[in-house]
Amino acid sequence: MSDTPVIPEEPIQKARHPFVEAWEMFRRNHAAVVALAVLVLIILGAIFGPILYATDPFEMVWAPFSPPGVDGYLLGTDYLGRDMMAMVLNGARVSLLIGLAAAVVSVVIGVTVGALAGFYRGLVEEVLMRITEFFQVLPTLLFSMVIVALFGASLPMITFAIGVVSWTAVARITRSEFLRIRELEYVTASRASGVKNLRLMFKVILPNALPPIIVQSALMVGSAILFEAGLSFLGLTDPNIVSWGQIIGSNRQYILDASFTVTIPGLAIFVTVLAISLVGDGLNDALNPKLRQR
Amino acid sequence: MPAARVTLIRIFYALALLLAVLVLNFSLMHLAPGDVADTISQSMGGADAEVLERIRIDYGLDQPFLVQLGRYIGNVLHFDLGYSFFYNQSVTSLILERLPATLLLVVSAQVLALVVGVVLGVVSARRPNGMLSHFVTFLALFGYSAPVFWTGILLLIAFSLKIPLFPVAGMQDITVTGGFFAHAWDILRHLVLPMITLASIFLALYSRLARATMMEVLGSDYVRTAKAKGLSQRDVVYKHALKNALSPVITLAGLQFSAVVSGAVLVETVFSWPGLGTLAFQSIIARDTPTILGILFFSALVVIVGNLLTDFALRLVDPRLGGRR
Amino acid sequence: MTEPLLKVENLRIELKLRDGVAPVIDDLSFELMPGESLSFVGESGCGKSMTALAIMGLLPEGIGRIASGKLIFDGEDLTTASEARLRQIRGNEISMIFQEPMTSLNPVITVGEQIAEVLRTHQGLSRKAAWDQAAELLDAVRIPNPRSRVSDYPFQMSGGQRQRVMIAIALACKPKILIADEPTTALDVTVQAQIFDLLRDLRAQTGTSIIMITHDMGAVAEMAERMIVMYAGRKAEIGPVDQIIDHARHPYTQGLISCVPHIMSDLTETREELTEVPGIVPSLREFGRDQCLFASRCKYRSGECLQHRPPAKGFGNGQISDCWHAEAL
Repeated sequence: MSDTPVIPEEPIQKARHPFVEAWEMFRRNHAAVVALAVLVLIILGAIFGPILYATDPFEMVWAPFSPPGVDGYLLGTDYLGRDMMAMVLNGARVSLLIGLAAAVVSVVIGVTVGALAGFYRGLVEEVLMRITEFFQVLPTLLFSMVIVALFGASLPMITFAIGVVSWTAVARITRSEFLRIRELEYVTASRASGVKNLRLMFKVILPNALPPIIVQSALMVGSAILFEAGLSFLGLTDPNIVSWGQIIGSNRQYILDASFTVTIPGLAIFVTVLAISLVGDGLNDALNPKLRQR
Repeated sequence: MPAARVTLIRIFYALALLLAVLVLNFSLMHLAPGDVADTISQSMGGADAEVLERIRIDYGLDQPFLVQLGRYIGNVLHFDLGYSFFYNQSVTSLILERLPATLLLVVSAQVLALVVGVVLGVVSARRPNGMLSHFVTFLALFGYSAPVFWTGILLLIAFSLKIPLFPVAGMQDITVTGGFFAHAWDILRHLVLPMITLASIFLALYSRLARATMMEVLGSDYVRTAKAKGLSQRDVVYKHALKNALSPVITLAGLQFSAVVSGAVLVETVFSWPGLGTLAFQSIIARDTPTILGILFFSALVVIVGNLLTDFALRLVDPRLGGRR
Repeated sequence: MTEPLLKVENLRIELKLRDGVAPVIDDLSFELMPGESLSFVGESGCGKSMTALAIMGLLPEGIGRIASGKLIFDGEDLTTASEARLRQIRGNEISMIFQEPMTSLNPVITVGEQIAEVLRTHQGLSRKAAWDQAAELLDAVRIPNPRSRVSDYPFQMSGGQRQRVMIAIALACKPKILIADEPTTALDVTVQAQIFDLLRDLRAQTGTSIIMITHDMGAVAEMAERMIVMYAGRKAEIGPVDQIIDHARHPYTQGLISCVPHIMSDLTETREELTEVPGIVPSLREFGRDQCLFASRCKYRSGECLQHRPPAKGFGNGQISDCWHAEAL
């Protein structure tokens, strides 16, 4: 329509630190702020919980299937009479740690692949994008199950198995950002002034490609936590550690006797992932330059 | 490009992907500690070095990597994916036994998620601030954040333990007698909960995307034209708008096939659904490598075929992709 | 004298802003006679398209609304008509073609079907009859090989051809009024001339009244008998085209005309884009103030221009100007 009203711009504000500006935008998303608070609580619980609540999660402390709140066990006991509270707190460490580490692995792979493809174009791009598509065809969970089954269920292997199957989204986003930014004038200018390719890629282009990559990375942490939960639910995890998925997996035969042994750790996963995705939404508001112009 | 050529290129491309999956499969087998000889000797209760050596020669394990790879691919072309010493059965027949159950689950969940997702998206797009719209947002958050196996267990507790509407596990009740319809009804009853569980993840995704594209399309110039023609609301929304809003959703659904198959592994485990997922779970516990790799190959095949079908569906919906003339 | 076909009385359209509302159309009245061709002229953002959408009953939902006034079409007030009644009128008795032929046709439906569905909806034609007539309409808008091109999709056509299809859709039911909102802005100059020729010929054949919205004075001179000059949601001047071009009674109209110097000597050969009158249209927030909204850009500005909205002054020849200094100009 030719007559779309031109909404007058707000008076120009003084330039502020980008972080301050991003926080301003983030703060407007109330759900994200609440989620951030919840997430901080969960992280604090994971770090200090097992120290303050020093019950051994593997020790049989009471009769099995004692319901939450009864007999002094806040979250009850599981099928082996272990303290659920201790298990959930210790499980938080593993879930968050693997989630974070696996996200880092996938972001590193994804950014590298995407950056190379978007920067060099041509044959390099063709080959890398075919590899990306190949990884999209493999059913992710099944592939990481295979890796863990063949090469052992140690924490580093689990982290690697999750990271190596979940980088494709990051690679695609990075590539499209690189394709866009590499054509901008300041990149041409840097190139003309003889800046080396590697520097051009990581010092000139990458910083400007970061916002969508950061948002995607935040979401990656959430999906990596879900992923780890899935693997450990199936029992593909280090038997010497507790994780949320594993609590559900090992208790699931007893849902008739004590459904809370399954619902509580599931709730923990749900709330954590939900909080992360809401924070991701907020980050999107804060970092997306298109929205900021409103 | 003529449609026939596009189709041919797609199919070639799919075959190349399959070949790549085979190479990956074989490399994994090669890299993993222990080989077929070890497995066989284990199943015989141990063997000395000489016997091991003979088995290796029998199975060609002494040959160079590429020769073995070539032989492996040749075998697969003859539908030979190896032998499962755990199940005492060829991997191909083992998988073919289980494949229909997984296909039933995967396809029905995708269809359910697509149909309900699109309907929810369309209805809520027309009232962006209505109750249903908020429900779609909530659903999207839940579907994304809840671990699917947990959703499954919750449904199991609610609708088969507390309120016994549906069977707890499996795909068929062996006590059911009668004709085709009695069995079909029985399978359907078993299917409901796993299908809904698996669909829940994707339902959320599709309804959110359907709502977003539908809102965009409803604001487009051609929808304004349709209204200016005096067409009924139904024609404007379902003929002019929906047809355009469908292709992004179908594209997304195509990209989700590998995630659906992954989700099926967990859902099958929760509901003891006798498909590839439970088979994968059992063979991983049994360290049955040929079966595991066979499943990986077949599930990749399911995804690739799914992608091909998506591609054709897209070209039916959008004439610009050259499907029709 | 015959009854006017469309009578717009004191129309006020309000647009919702972040803070409050703005009158994008403020107290607009005009009449359209059967078979007449009327042009709306003005810069972007002056409310021309909003008027058209209001007549169609297609103001953006939840954003724009008719606050007061009447739209009397054939004796019936459209502002109070039901949605069902409006649907009967739209595309049938009043149709509209839009500015963007590239995006105004549905990309996934054949052009034949997009024409045929109007005929089926309003005239109850059968599938076959509607399809046949769609081909005839394509022929009428001068698209070669209409029989084979009915089953084309829009992406297989050029911009000019798509606008012809839009015209075919709009004229399919022989409407009493055709509203053309900048029908040629998005097209090449040569194609523009062809579209104008087509519209003129079709009008001569069907006797349809045309409301053409444009910012191109050349197009006005060529297509219309009367014109309305709009500024900031208000009527600045109205009257017969030759008289206004001959002697404009509003400084804004004068500015528009002086931007196209060839207009008086040569009416048909070339059309140039209107170059802007110095200054910009006031922001929506300023719409509706009790003053002359053009004052900030006007060289004749005096005290009263800033204190009160100018009244309409008639000149007996059908020309009316909303300017404090109309007589002096």
